[in-house]
Amino acid sequence: MTAPMSLPGEFDLAAGPLPEGVDSLSDVRVATPSDGRERIGVYICHCGSNIAATVDVVAVRDWAAEKLGDRGVVVARDYQFMCASTGQELIQKDIEELGLTRVVVAACSPHMHEKTFRTACDKAGLNPYLCELVSIREQVSWVHTDREAATAKAKAVIAGGVLRVAEDAPLEPLHVPIHPATLVVGGGIAGISAALEIADAGYPVHLVEREPSIGGHMAQFDKTFPTLDCAACILTPKMVTAGNHENITLHTWSEVTDVKGYVGNFTATIKHKPRYVDADLCTGCGICVEKCPKKIVDEVYEAGLGYRKGIYTPFPQAVPKYPVIDALNCTFFENGKCKACEKFCPTGAIDFTQKDEEVAVEIGNIVIATGFELFDPRRIEQYGYGRLANVFTSLEFERMSNAAGPTNGRLVLRDGVTEPRAVGIIHCVGSRDRNYNSYCSAICCMQSLKFAHLVREHTGATVYNFYIDIRAPGKAFDEFYQRVLEEGTVFVRGRVAEVTDAVRLPDEEADLGRVIIQVEDTLAGAQRRIPVDMVVLSAGLEPPHDAKETARLFGISCSSDGWVIERHPKLDPVATMTDGVFAAGCSLGPRDIPASVSNGSAAAARILGRIQKGEMELEPVRASVDESRCSGCRICNDLCPYTAIVFHEDRMVTEVNPALCQGCGTCIAACPAGAISGTGFSDAQIFSQIEGLLMVTSSGRMRSDEARETVTA
Amino acid sequence: MTETIHADGATVPPAAVEAGGTFEPVVIGFTCNWCSYRAADLAGTSRMKYPPNVRLIRLMCSGRLDPSFVLAAFAEGADAVMVSGCWPGECHYIEQNYKMLRRFLLLRRVVEAMGIEPTRLQLVWASAAEGQRFAKEVGRIVEEVRALGPLAWNEAGRDVPADVRRDFSALEREEAAAIAAEAASPPDAPPPVTAVPPEPGIAVEVTA
Repeated sequence: MTAPMSLPGEFDLAAGPLPEGVDSLSDVRVATPSDGRERIGVYICHCGSNIAATVDVVAVRDWAAEKLGDRGVVVARDYQFMCASTGQELIQKDIEELGLTRVVVAACSPHMHEKTFRTACDKAGLNPYLCELVSIREQVSWVHTDREAATAKAKAVIAGGVLRVAEDAPLEPLHVPIHPATLVVGGGIAGISAALEIADAGYPVHLVEREPSIGGHMAQFDKTFPTLDCAACILTPKMVTAGNHENITLHTWSEVTDVKGYVGNFTATIKHKPRYVDADLCTGCGICVEKCPKKIVDEVYEAGLGYRKGIYTPFPQAVPKYPVIDALNCTFFENGKCKACEKFCPTGAIDFTQKDEEVAVEIGNIVIATGFELFDPRRIEQYGYGRLANVFTSLEFERMSNAAGPTNGRLVLRDGVTEPRAVGIIHCVGSRDRNYNSYCSAICCMQSLKFAHLVREHTGATVYNFYIDIRAPGKAFDEFYQRVLEEGTVFVRGRVAEVTDAVRLPDEEADLGRVIIQVEDTLAGAQRRIPVDMVVLSAGLEPPHDAKETARLFGISCSSDGWVIERHPKLDPVATMTDGVFAAGCSLGPRDIPASVSNGSAAAARILGRIQKGEMELEPVRASVDESRCSGCRICNDLCPYTAIVFHEDRMVTEVNPALCQGCGTCIAACPAGAISGTGFSDAQIFSQIEGLLMVTSSGRMRSDEARETVTA
Repeated sequence: MTETIHADGATVPPAAVEAGGTFEPVVIGFTCNWCSYRAADLAGTSRMKYPPNVRLIRLMCSGRLDPSFVLAAFAEGADAVMVSGCWPGECHYIEQNYKMLRRFLLLRRVVEAMGIEPTRLQLVWASAAEGQRFAKEVGRIVEEVRALGPLAWNEAGRDVPADVRRDFSALEREEAAAIAAEAASPPDAPPPVTAVPPEPGIAVEVTA
């Protein structure tokens, strides 16, 4: 059996201008109209060869016209690309000329093009909700290989659609107002970018940050690749602008604890953790920090390399400038004595009685910009981090090379004085490794090249980079790689087996006290043991440890790794599957600063468009109660997580509030009286779809035909 | 006729099905719009292969699953039903999959009491990222049901003429009329005969 195959290159030809009447590319089968029934048109897409290569599209078309004629199908067509404007015009023309009352398109997933075809029907005067898109690509041609079985399944899927569409009811989209305020969760560069874009356009933003200051990881960096811009110099002005912006309310040292509502109309509860410093009185003079007697290792901002006080601002350029008392380590909170900060504060801003405070904010849209956490290299024991003193993480290196960091920008060994003579930088630590994370962390190659450059510049030491592949695809990235190569950095291609201080070979005696990197040099085809003084582990990026809880809180989905899933990875990369919740930056997966900034701005643009329109259309999938059938049993009352179901004591009936209903349909399924019905997914629609799906046997024949034959036999 | 080899490794000569040879089960899969249907979409976009025996119905939430949908599927010829939703705790509608779970567990006992092997009614959690899991679970269910053989539940009912099939809109009209008639009649008067709505039965038994 041969099928109409088309090559991808045929697209233009196939989707060219639609000829008048019947076109030569798509034959048409017009069945006799059946009186008193819906007039249904069935359109089967080839999707180039995506569908047509696995499904016999022409056979399905003929079958639909022949076998589904008595179910109301009056026309069945196939076409190369139904989603092309010419494909849509086919449908529109039939609606106008053949008087179709229902349309079934068999093509890709409804998540892809449902809106496209509904809009097309709408333009031709058919209520958009009388059009069904059934998937024969994602659910058939792309997942099955047996052409006969796939064709049979496509028939079944179409029969399901045809029977279902007959039960569709014309609907009008719901219009909801969009609250002009936006919640941005995470004050890193992605969140700051999103907040500034929205605030500059004149709309209010609530920017929530868990740490005492906004700035995120970028504030910890020294230089940014490949331009070697000073990170603080380019970030600080943005932080200050965000901090002073009349439209931005900063909620630092705060966390979102609850989110209610739906697109355009969310209410978020933000918990302000106690700073023990009155922001209205504090001038940010810093005397309290100076006088505080308690010194604590700063595990967050200084990555464990430096110290901070019991009362602190994480870094000098922090926004806001008010310090925070670390209650877990403060002497006063430990034993009730001290209060040095309070004694010396010139404005009396210290307040030890502060408690958690919760504020509720009304918002229309949300941007998740919760960033990443560094992979903990302790998990790879053979690399010796935490055991061997002179093995550092990438974040430690960043802090060390930062002039404002714990070593004032000097690259030294853990003893704090000795400059290294040789440094080994190991790429892909915890990335591209099926034992830990199989994904590429995207930034580590360039970061490692930057480290190599900085080591050469600061110390003149010999630098070895141990890499799997060099991935430098960004603007001016490869040029930077060439530059680092020319600077004399030694590149060893191979995954490091071990980092050790054990001297194993006789000629290694001289290296006692150094660290030795054991690696298979895959280009030289040899095992090598390279002694160095310092090892930097370019650790990969991981989602925040509480990424799953965040996802749950905002009702969005995470991949199994923990990164937020986009609505569409290519075409809708900053939206999530929950309307009104967007994501930006590393919350979506590892990416560099420019990508994070672009994401933030893109999310802001999406939100601004909605705010300016003032309202948006929602799918009218809602439940409603037929009061004459409601017995008042109240079984449904406790099922709704949105409190959309209200019980009227006076009339003893239940009602669904359409403004709160999200259309899940749980109450519909639970109602013993069948008093609750749901638009878009009614009982009649689903029962009909079940019937349709089962009309066709696995061999592609009508079940009724087969049964008849069995009886006669 | 050529033999085709399915992705799951089973060798199936297509013609043999009609000839009463290898049994190809039909599985109806109920998926939720947000997780499991998207898992199926992901399996598609990733070109993962699974047996063509499953036919999906998209609901907004697994909580929408009315147990009678499952019974209807069995009655109309499905050999198995797969119910699929977001993982517990990950429901797009917060917790509605738990409500489906309660019904599912009960329904499985009911189905078993009706003489249907519980293997024919399976629950699969799949997040939007789990295309691979979705494909694998479909493969597993199809194999398990293939081993069980056809359900052949209500075999006689399969050849039901179209005019005696359930007509839901007609049913609803009748019920509405009955309710209206009841409301119109005096409270102490005996209910009119039409007030008894036809049983919304799932299967229509037709004896020759």
